[in-house]
Amino acid sequence: MLVLVLDSATPAVTAALGRVEPAAGDRPPTIDGNPWSATILARRATVDARAHGERLAPQIDAVLGEAGAKPGDLGAIVAGIGPGPFTGLRVGLVTATALGDALGIPTYPVCTLDAFAVGRPGRVLVATDARRREIYWACYADGVRLAGPEVSKPVEVAGRAAGLGARQAVGDGALRYADQLDLPVLAEPRFPQPAAMLSLAVRRVGTGAPGEPLIPLYLRRPDTTEPVARKRAAPQ
Amino acid sequence: MTAQPLVLGIETSCDETGVGIVRGHTLLANAVASSVAEHARYGGVVPEVASRAHLEAMVPTVHRALADAEVALADIDAIAVTAGPGLAGALLVGVAAAKAYALAAGKPLYGVNHLAAHVAVDTLEHGALPEPAIALLVSGGHSSLLRVDSLADGIVPLGSTLDDAAGEAYDKVARVLGMGFPGGPAIDRAASEGSVTIAFPRGLTAARDLREHRFDFSFSGLKTAVARWVEARERAGEPVPLAEVSASFQEAVCDVLTAKAVDACRTSGITTLVIGGGVAANSRLRALAAERCARHGIDLRVPRPGLCTDNGAMVAALGSQLVAEGAAPGRLDLPTNSAMRVDVITV
Ligand SMILES: Nc1ncnc2c1ncn2[C@@H]1O[C@H](COP(=O)(O)OP(=O)(O)OP(=O)(O)O)[C@@H](O)[C@H]1O
Ligand SMILES: [Mg+2]
Repeated sequence: MLVLVLDSATPAVTAALGRVEPAAGDRPPTIDGNPWSATILARRATVDARAHGERLAPQIDAVLGEAGAKPGDLGAIVAGIGPGPFTGLRVGLVTATALGDALGIPTYPVCTLDAFAVGRPGRVLVATDARRREIYWACYADGVRLAGPEVSKPVEVAGRAAGLGARQAVGDGALRYADQLDLPVLAEPRFPQPAAMLSLAVRRVGTGAPGEPLIPLYLRRPDTTEPVARKRAAPQ
Repeated sequence: MTAQPLVLGIETSCDETGVGIVRGHTLLANAVASSVAEHARYGGVVPEVASRAHLEAMVPTVHRALADAEVALADIDAIAVTAGPGLAGALLVGVAAAKAYALAAGKPLYGVNHLAAHVAVDTLEHGALPEPAIALLVSGGHSSLLRVDSLADGIVPLGSTLDDAAGEAYDKVARVLGMGFPGGPAIDRAASEGSVTIAFPRGLTAARDLREHRFDFSFSGLKTAVARWVEARERAGEPVPLAEVSASFQEAVCDVLTAKAVDACRTSGITTLVIGGGVAANSRLRALAAERCARHGIDLRVPRPGLCTDNGAMVAALGSQLVAEGAAPGRLDLPTNSAMRVDVITV
């Protein structure tokens, strides 16, 4: 089955086309003990926090084209529900929801932070940039989330991660605030990888589990102190 | 080129999630989900609250529109969406959704101007717009006089407000009067129970202003005058006659708007005036425009109040016009533009 994988919860806006099939001799299972194999056939990512709205749809078109597939060939959509900066995050989620609706196929949410911990043994801190000098973070033991997702100041996360026994950190938020985290930080990946995202949903995709709504992990309340909006066209 | 294209329009520039469906100039569905109640306690639209509501309402509102119109997405000839002007984060939700539907269903996509759509919506009520026409666009963010040579590709600004928009003036005065948000409908209602007893100023109507700003508007002086008048009353310990203040303020706004709109028609020899935007729902504006247009032999077109405030049908109406005139669709990377100029019709 062809699966579209989307994430827009970090400065990288990502679209990938994957295939999920029953595992066989030449197609090992993606997760041990799981009878499904998942492969990524095509992927596009643009790192530009302001380009999500413009880049995502063309990237979807491009990954379908590269694999010689049409939208109607898709069987499921996997989308990263954050946490992430609101505006970009919503672009991915409304895109995935509308595509799923139009094509009549299920959508499966995955926590964007979880993708960084896939296949990573031991205790790991995952952190992405939350702007305003904060990070979105979660802690994992052998890929299983122990704490988070939360949004906090890096110094506070350092304390929490130490308490949870984290030995290393990964993600663009961890790289950015490496000096405050007191942990070795992996240089890559900085952004969520489609193969990892797909593996997080492979069981649901493979078994044809009912689709789930894509509800964003905002983690922050709307800023209602912002001056009340008045839109205005530019003068001629 | 399809003479009667079936077009789905999506609108998310402010606090209404609107999805409309039209066939040619015929309205088939106009589904709107509004987050206005969530904004009321802040006295204005909070962008992040509006954007969150758009994400939740988007797909359900599309479903409602398709069900109301009794058509399937596959039947649609084109999708149109508001690309600007509006709140950046709110616009992005509608545009991303429109791209997804266009991509999934293999339909052409048009990113259109919200303000042109406020004008185009009248075609759903009164059929094709005779061109050229003069348009008075009066909404929450804008007040402009336009010459419409073509709804699809020829809108020429004649003048606009130098400060507050007409709807903004209504909203600010309503706040002064403690009438809640949005203020337009509240003042309209209150005014119907009072008479015009206070002479509030008419901005940019003095002879010297007319030389340079014949077709421009200014409402901030009026708003200040109302606030001063109310303060003086309160200082004197006297009750504020809400109905009279409302009626007098409203008369000042509508007098200037209609006088300048009729002047624009007469000086250009154009005999069609169309009024669009949320303030076009105003009962006094409609009545006064009808009276003055009749006096000068101008054919007045104002859509019914339900089509004046933001909705998806207006976007579909403009999309339908674009398809019928063979306009080139936009691409999947089309941008949003929160400050889109009034004379730019598509992106
Ligand atoms: N009956 C009425 N009388 C006067 N004003 C009204 C009435 N109904 C609505 N309004 C005003 O119309 C405005 C909303 O109109 P609209 O929805 O077109 O504006 P907007 O979309 O926020 O702004 P814009 O179209 O300029 O981008 C508000 O300011 C509201 O007070
Ligand atoms: Mg409007």
